[in-house]
Amino acid sequence: MQHNEPLNDRNVSEQSPYFYVDIEAYPTTGWDKFKQVIKRSFKGELFVGLWVVMREMIKFDIHTVQYPKEKLPIGPRYRAVHKLLRLWESGYERCIGCGLCEKICISDCIRMDTKIDENSRKEVTEYSINLGRCIFCGYCAEVCPELAIVHGQRYENGSEQRAHFVIKDDMLTPLDWLTSGQQAEFPGFGAITPNESVTKTPLAY
Amino acid sequence: MDMAFIIETIIKIVVILLVFSALAGLGTYFERKVLAFMQRRLGPMHVGPFGLLQVAADGIKLFTKEDIIPQNVVKPIFKIAPVITAATAFMAAAAIPFWPEFSAFGYKVHPIVADINVGILYVLGIMAVGLYGPLLGGMASANKFSLISAARSAAVFISYEVISGLALLAPLMMVGSLSLIDINNYQAGGIGNWIVWSQPVAFILFWIAAFAETGRTPFHLIANDHEIIDGFGTEYSGMRWGLFFIGEYANMFFISFVIAIIFLGGFGDGSIAGAFQLLLKVSFFFFFFLWTRAAWPDVRPDQLMWLCWKVLMPLAVVNIVITGLVMMF
Repeated sequence: MQHNEPLNDRNVSEQSPYFYVDIEAYPTTGWDKFKQVIKRSFKGELFVGLWVVMREMIKFDIHTVQYPKEKLPIGPRYRAVHKLLRLWESGYERCIGCGLCEKICISDCIRMDTKIDENSRKEVTEYSINLGRCIFCGYCAEVCPELAIVHGQRYENGSEQRAHFVIKDDMLTPLDWLTSGQQAEFPGFGAITPNESVTKTPLAY
Repeated sequence: MDMAFIIETIIKIVVILLVFSALAGLGTYFERKVLAFMQRRLGPMHVGPFGLLQVAADGIKLFTKEDIIPQNVVKPIFKIAPVITAATAFMAAAAIPFWPEFSAFGYKVHPIVADINVGILYVLGIMAVGLYGPLLGGMASANKFSLISAARSAAVFISYEVISGLALLAPLMMVGSLSLIDINNYQAGGIGNWIVWSQPVAFILFWIAAFAETGRTPFHLIANDHEIIDGFGTEYSGMRWGLFFIGEYANMFFISFVIAIIFLGGFGDGSIAGAFQLLLKVSFFFFFFLWTRAAWPDVRPDQLMWLCWKVLMPLAVVNIVITGLVMMF
């Protein structure tokens, strides 16, 4: 699924497949020009061009990706529209409302509203990212101590209104996704392996 | 002139108009597909199976678009120019035999509108009149790119009329007739009798000139997108622009017929096999127009003139002289 292209050395050197093209000096005298015309006319270079395109047509090695129907795989670290993740154990939101992402956001587009809930746990009531301002730098995901906010893979963010992307419910993993194991996990500080048997966090008792 | 002849001629005209208008549309489809495959793309895929209905979608779009007449154009000339291109392209078809004569329902059909004894002269003449489409359209457009295109089209068409005329002289000297049916019958003996074997230089020259006269890619500088937008078509929209398009593609088909009939034996002895061979030859020449567009770069205007007057015209003249000497002695 993942597409890895080997790194090409594009500098011209002994080892690399790239080389300078031989370009002959332009003819100056009339006779030389005439000879060049004759040489080019009968060398058949035009047929080389014809053959190249005909070969490609016969090989029929089409490289088109029919985009809405098929999509290219994107890297796991692709920084598209954000996601808020849930805890595997309990299904609670991972976000503890610390506000670090709001502080670090260099384009100042994250806003959150928190309160203390009945379990005296900090609850995030509102969480919004203004995608019109967001530059997708990834600092919020980087700074998050709980791996609660991550960048997702949803790059098709065309809509009538920017506001359609910023609502907390859109970013938060739905509960049924979590139970069916569809929440993508990212390796990093605080993350757990989804396949390990997990027990409920003390808060759930 | 009896009634049956008039009716038959009108039917033939209508059939040719319909068939080649449709073929011009399909030609754009084939051009897109062939170019796409040669560039490892898929081409039109979404409208209809394999994008076949893209032609219909384009037609609807062209017909329903607003017909914009810009403020500063010379209005009557601006309006008539696309009609000249399309009309002359189809008028040239009058003297082209598209198919050997056959009998249907006991009635002998000649698939040529008018078998005039100056057939090829008429075809080339009418195609030359087609110059006025780009020329007048470009000059009336009040747009500098259109003006450049008009100047270029005048230069290119007139120069390459010389080439195509001189190149055709040698085969015509051998045949001794200007009628395309006579030229075809001259080669009826089979593949060995094709004029291309005795006149290879004339064949190549006429083929090159055909590219210039249809404005196809190695000589596409009349409407070169990367230099002068769409040239004479820049200010046109909707079906007026579409008429230029139909004219260009119809011209490609007709010139393919002319090349196949004059140099490659046409429909041969008039059998069904010969008729289908003619269609195959025409398809090849049409395909070659698309093929070169994928493969070759455009030449500069000065290179085009250089090629015409310093290379092709001397070659054509030498070819005529040699042909004459061979025929005399």
